[in-house]
Amino acid sequence: MAYPMRVRATLKGDIAEVRVLMNHPMEAGLRRASDGKPVPMHFIQNVTVKLNGKTRIEGETSQALSTNPVFSFRLKDVKAGDRLEIAWLDNQGQQNRTETAIA
Amino acid sequence: MNAVRRAMLQGLAALAASLAVPLRALAAGWNKDAFQSKTPGDALRSLGAAGAADSAEILIDAPQIAENGAVVPIEITSNLPGTRSLAVLIEKNPFPLAGRFEFLDGALPYVKVNVKMGESSNVRVVAEAGGRFYAAVKEVKVTIGGCGG
Repeated sequence: MAYPMRVRATLKGDIAEVRVLMNHPMEAGLRRASDGKPVPMHFIQNVTVKLNGKTRIEGETSQALSTNPVFSFRLKDVKAGDRLEIAWLDNQGQQNRTETAIA
Repeated sequence: MNAVRRAMLQGLAALAASLAVPLRALAAGWNKDAFQSKTPGDALRSLGAAGAADSAEILIDAPQIAENGAVVPIEITSNLPGTRSLAVLIEKNPFPLAGRFEFLDGALPYVKVNVKMGESSNVRVVAEAGGRFYAAVKEVKVTIGGCGG
């Protein structure tokens, strides 16, 4: 799958701080390529954060997010070994998903 | 004229909101109307948040002066009890609504994300808590071409 993600989760007590970097051009559709043709919009529209299969955060995003966006989220009632799943979907139908265990 | 237009827009927004809720329950949605609004007012109406009250319980941590408008870190926290969602609007961007995050059980109403800003602008954060909307604003100056903003 194109555009891998990098996730880092740090647990403090029962609160997990989740940082995720999504490799994505987040093209706003305002730029022109060197051949003068406009670069079409291409950006992440949906971000989902799940813990142990249960949705905790549901995000809708626009082309205004920076290229290769980095998000921080905070989840509570988390313990070591919990399964963290993050997924995104963009306006061109591409998607990616990553799963990691909270350390 | 204006009163009629306002009433119609409010009616449309209410209709959109009533349609959007069951749709979102089925699948991850994307509020096209709100994201494609060209003014902050229209975006807020599409979110159903037109009458948001100011609140000091919404904290916005963003640089006062951002040197690079392509990467402006915005960190938002809501201390309002029962906060369900947070939306970020960059008022002077061509499409003000940058993102909206819904916090289900087990998530703290907090998010940090980098946004693009075309020019110096107010950053407005709208929180939904207990079925009501609250807002806070912070101004971020963007330095363009190193000449000061």
